[in-house]
Amino acid sequence: MNDMNHDSYVTPDGRTIGPVMMEVQNITLRFGGVVAIKDISFDIREGEIRAIIGPNGAGKSSMLNVINGFYHPQEGGIYFRGEKRGPMKPYQIAQQGIARTFQNIALFKGMSTLDNIMTGRFTHMKAPVWKQALWHGEAEREEIENREVVEKIIDFLEIQAIRKTPVGRLPYGLQKRVELGRALAAEPKLLLLDEPMAGMNVEEKEDMSRFILDVNDEFGTTIALIEHDMGVVMDISDRVVVLDYGRKIGDGTPAEVIANPEVIDAYLGVSHD
Amino acid sequence: MNKSVLGDLDTFPKLLAHNAQRFADAPAYRVKEFGIWQSWTWAEAYADMRATALGLLELGLEKGDHVAIIGTNRPELYIAMTAISAAGGVPVPIYQDGVAEEIAYVLDHCSAKLVVCDDQEQVDKVLEVREKLPDLRQIVYRDPRGLRKYDHETLHGLEALITRGKALEASLGAAMDADIATRGIDDTCVMLYTSGTTGRPKGVVLSNRNILVTAKNSCEFDGLRQTDSVIAYLPMAWVGDFIFSMGQSQWTGFCVCCPESEHTMQTDLREVGPSYFFAPPRFFEGLLTNVMIRMEDASKIKQKLFHKYMALAKTVGPKMLDGKPVSLGEKIQYAIGNALVYGPLKNTLGMSKVRIGYTAGEAIGPEIFDFYRSLGINLKQLYGQTEASVYITQQPDGQVRADTVGVPSPDVEIRIGDSGEVFYRSPGTFVEYYKNPESTASTKDPEGWVATGDAGFIEKESGHLRIIDRAKDVGKMADGSLFAPKYVENKLKFFPNILEAVVFGNDRDNCTAFLNIDLGSVGNWAERNNIAYGSYQELAQHPQVLATLQAHVEEVNRSVAQDEMLSGCQIHRFLILHKQLDADDGELTRTQKVRRRIVEERYADLITALYDGSDGVFADTEVTYEDGRKGRVSGQLEIRDAATVAVKAHSVAAE
Repeated sequence: MNDMNHDSYVTPDGRTIGPVMMEVQNITLRFGGVVAIKDISFDIREGEIRAIIGPNGAGKSSMLNVINGFYHPQEGGIYFRGEKRGPMKPYQIAQQGIARTFQNIALFKGMSTLDNIMTGRFTHMKAPVWKQALWHGEAEREEIENREVVEKIIDFLEIQAIRKTPVGRLPYGLQKRVELGRALAAEPKLLLLDEPMAGMNVEEKEDMSRFILDVNDEFGTTIALIEHDMGVVMDISDRVVVLDYGRKIGDGTPAEVIANPEVIDAYLGVSHD
Repeated sequence: MNKSVLGDLDTFPKLLAHNAQRFADAPAYRVKEFGIWQSWTWAEAYADMRATALGLLELGLEKGDHVAIIGTNRPELYIAMTAISAAGGVPVPIYQDGVAEEIAYVLDHCSAKLVVCDDQEQVDKVLEVREKLPDLRQIVYRDPRGLRKYDHETLHGLEALITRGKALEASLGAAMDADIATRGIDDTCVMLYTSGTTGRPKGVVLSNRNILVTAKNSCEFDGLRQTDSVIAYLPMAWVGDFIFSMGQSQWTGFCVCCPESEHTMQTDLREVGPSYFFAPPRFFEGLLTNVMIRMEDASKIKQKLFHKYMALAKTVGPKMLDGKPVSLGEKIQYAIGNALVYGPLKNTLGMSKVRIGYTAGEAIGPEIFDFYRSLGINLKQLYGQTEASVYITQQPDGQVRADTVGVPSPDVEIRIGDSGEVFYRSPGTFVEYYKNPESTASTKDPEGWVATGDAGFIEKESGHLRIIDRAKDVGKMADGSLFAPKYVENKLKFFPNILEAVVFGNDRDNCTAFLNIDLGSVGNWAERNNIAYGSYQELAQHPQVLATLQAHVEEVNRSVAQDEMLSGCQIHRFLILHKQLDADDGELTRTQKVRRRIVEERYADLITALYDGSDGVFADTEVTYEDGRKGRVSGQLEIRDAATVAVKAHSVAAE
């Protein structure tokens, strides 16, 4: 695959996947003596839905945190659009166009859905604080523009009815959707989703899958997601990376991965047929 | 009735052109989108209507073609209905929550050539059944979301269609105007499918005369004016919405406001503050239940204030609405109550500005009805059906009561048949059932009298009509006494805890009932009393819930026993169903009325258990989910005996 780095290709269902957007090269991450991630390399292409799967403790969330810039790996490097990324603060990563959601919802519980999603626009607010406080000139203009973007997201995610509801009062599935909304508000180029379906019922999972596919389709956003539900992963992702004990044991299309004996043993259970 | 009744304004396209002149800059339609109310003036609506009509002509719409419309209430779709008429077609709005097969039946029955869909959901349903519809040529959609990658050979965005239509104005506009002028009062205005409590839906053909004369009469009856506004949230396929949001709106020029989504109705209602409002009894019940639940959670002072002033309102409010004399003291107290309680409450409910409110479709509980009237909301009842272009009877201001449906509407004649069935004749009486001359003949006689299918009588003193039940549901019990299930069911449903009730007893010795709990009301009670439950089913079978409902049933029995004619209808045994009756399972119509026969068939084993004396029964039922998948719900149901009131042996009913 590496020689195709700069080519685009078309998936069987007619979507165009672009060149490599992010390349993770030989990453090793240690916490003291514990090796969380060991020498992992893979890439994420423009416009694709990339899944990272693996059993508990395989290093999936650590991997996401490395991509996100929250953890700094001891070895290896990350290339974003061809440039090697030095140590960065999370807000700098956000400015690069990477947004994420969290495994355990991290919203402002007392704030409304609207305000929560508005916080996702912070990288787009340039007016100085005093102007914002006085609701003056460029601050007013900015807020109106940002509100417009947020309202489009609210419409997109079909959460108009909870626009003014404090998120703490919402059921879990809706909170997840608001969190996705906040990540979308940043207009990310790369969207990282940490277990977007965890704890959801079948109907909520179906809704969420549809929104993920729609985000990818309508906005062309590249998505990397961690997920436990194999059915969902196989249905919506273009390519899958499989981790186990911090090592990469498989990488390819869902069909390839599911046929890989090592993956079957490690993750799907040992099969003898 | 001749052309002069309506003058030259005898079709919707002509009326809209007229409104574009007389109310050019007044709002015609509003819809909330992206958090802001967007509006169309009458002039804009007219311009969009013309462009849509020309676009439809370009797509191959021919004179007399049926064009289906499937979607939630949206200005674009209302404008499209007028556009379809302008292009010479007949609009056929379809219930948007119907599953694909239901939609296929209607599209096939009316041989629709074009379909206008609101969004992807509706387009998908049409595409799913497309193979079965040889007549269907083109599909138009309003909301492009998710449809970008669909095959666009016969699929068209409404926005692009309007743009193309605008470009055609110069070449085709004059020809279309000439064509519009050829159509008049006796041409078909719309075809509406009745939801049908039995059998397949029937296409009711309504002419311009039916719709527009009825709209004109009803506007005059209630003094509707251009500055009024309504919120359009009931299905576009329902005749009421067609009369309110199309007929009356275009006749008087008032504004039709569409909610942002079905879930935001309550917020949008409050923001719009309509002056003219219609809702089925269910809606008012639900709203009142919410108010009561929230009052339970309010502070002690608020509760005290609420109860004190509501008690006052109950005696004073309706009198003031009816213009009856009230003492000065009462007036002052009511004014204080208005400032402290009624005003803020009406504001929360979104009914501050309601000048005329109507409810219809089912009986409304007297307490519920009085609650709204005592707040000073002029809620009235009307009685109508699709075949009558809604209005048969309605209550004039000052003569409003919970137990009647009012006096005959203007130009409507009423007579009661020998069997007790209500017949009417009016300018709104439908032309025919589409492709169904037998049904037309059996419903409408050569003189134009239409059988309503409802049994009722006219009160001697007031001249008001009272409806007892569906004529075919009124039966006899084994001992010959009268069996009127709906009468009892309504009494049961007036309890907030009971969402739905089905009473059995035809040809039996005594009556029994199925009940559905209201999850909102009972769930809140459970929460306040620390009662844990895992599912609807578990809550429904909770011993305390059963005891509460038993008390309700017994109270109804006492009330029923007082009416000598109907005392035989007391409930002897009942059970609480393990699932809610649902339109997706065919148990309710799309307008949420119980389909008695289907319930009887589906739950035959439960009915047997009600009559064989067993104290419980195992129920196992197939259910259909909203997306069409099927599953099963099962559980053990307890059967309870309810105390009945002994009635003196009255062998009166025996002939």
